[in-house]
Amino acid sequence: MQRTPLYESHLRLGAKMVDFGGWAMPVSYAGGIIDEHRATRQAVGVFDVCHMGEIHFRGERAAQAVQRLITNDIGRLTDGRALYTVACLPTGGIVDDLIVYRISATHYLTVVNAANLEKDRAWFFEHARPLCDVTDASAETGLIAFQGPGAKHALQPLTKLGLGDLASFAYVDSCEIAGVKASIARTGYTGEDGFEIFCDAKDAATLWDRLVEAAAGIGGKPVGLGARDTLRLEARLPLYGNDLDDTTTPLEAGLGWVVKLEGADFIGREALRAQSASGVKRKLCGFEMTGRGIARHGYPLFDSEGHPSGTTTSGGPAPTLGKNIGLGYLPVGLDRAGERISVDCRGKRVDAEVVKGPFYKRGRA
Amino acid sequence: MSAQQYPDDLYYTKDHEWARLEDRDGQKFATIGVTRFAVDQLGDVTQVDLPKEGESLKQAEVFGSVESVKAVSDLFAPLSGKIVKVNSPLSDSPEYVNEDPYDEGWMIQLAVGDAKELTGLMDAAAYQAFLREQGE
Repeated sequence: MQRTPLYESHLRLGAKMVDFGGWAMPVSYAGGIIDEHRATRQAVGVFDVCHMGEIHFRGERAAQAVQRLITNDIGRLTDGRALYTVACLPTGGIVDDLIVYRISATHYLTVVNAANLEKDRAWFFEHARPLCDVTDASAETGLIAFQGPGAKHALQPLTKLGLGDLASFAYVDSCEIAGVKASIARTGYTGEDGFEIFCDAKDAATLWDRLVEAAAGIGGKPVGLGARDTLRLEARLPLYGNDLDDTTTPLEAGLGWVVKLEGADFIGREALRAQSASGVKRKLCGFEMTGRGIARHGYPLFDSEGHPSGTTTSGGPAPTLGKNIGLGYLPVGLDRAGERISVDCRGKRVDAEVVKGPFYKRGRA
Repeated sequence: MSAQQYPDDLYYTKDHEWARLEDRDGQKFATIGVTRFAVDQLGDVTQVDLPKEGESLKQAEVFGSVESVKAVSDLFAPLSGKIVKVNSPLSDSPEYVNEDPYDEGWMIQLAVGDAKELTGLMDAAAYQAFLREQGE
């Protein structure tokens, strides 16, 4: 199993380690998943995301190369700005969802899912290398997320950089945090305000310790993959491999906002144009369990008359809401708020109701 | 592992259930729950599904399930018998399973059908040896 540079730090913190796509990762620490979930919603959580992939595109034609790979419009980026997007196959199926950072006009960074790194690297090399230099820096790059309403307050004492000036999806390529040379972005995967901090892999453990200390000062703590999943599900952020894969398109997944069909050409545009013109047949929907039961990935869905109507892609308890929630693909027509459906929870039909928008939305600061 | 993690007066199964035996008027009753090890593996328990009083169970039969934040696990009957009591407060307070797996977190009580089945269960020492063998 692969280890992040923080493996020893997790063991020292008493983490329960699991195999996550070939990586030994903490699922939770001593306090448990719900405790870590709440700490992130109320103060700040520190997340090891070193396993994620960092692929750099450099050269005069780097923008053109990245644009071929992504559905969003790279022309919207200026230096020090990032955007969320997907990369598609010619069929419109999703290769991965990712964030693209523009470091300069000739240097773009993409951050991709750990489980997809090899696939993405091959795909990116194949389609972008004719145009620019493409480098996988994942092994040398540490990445730590610092997420929660107290993130800015707790992080500011560790850096001279004015964090208040860093807008959502802004990125600073070169700064110092806790004495470590780093890059920082105001991005995350929890539904809270927060930062993602890149550093040299060999400095990651030092930075981690300082961030954990800073978090503890305001009641925050390290957070494992268990709470990372409940946090992102409450915020209704999709997870590749669960809610997205190469058989689902961004239009079906509710990611139409990252697909710019009228802009520059990209791989998959023709298929997505055709799907947009004919209309999608199914949509990724959120639902709340109204009966007693917990949906998990891969449970059958039914309409109010009991007809098979798709499959859940994610599900579980929503600790902030005190409800059980989930996501799944439903036929168009059932994708309306309040639509009554049911979920086959291990042989038991449990009632649920379609919900629009994020399950949890943070208050405005 | 300290003794109270795995009390000496209980029987244990390889599926990480425990049974506490008592004798009333010549009839053996077994109170059943899951072990500290099972609870540590599960993490925060958010839902417990249990059968109804009066149902009969066969040894090793699935009698319910425990849902934690991360996953769902089946519960297996350590012994055959008829269910005489169900810990219904668990449906509103599943956290009892985490907090107190051997007392408030009990799940069902059986009127034991066949006391000979007890020979297939482990005592506390054997269970802890079993956990060590499994690398836990």
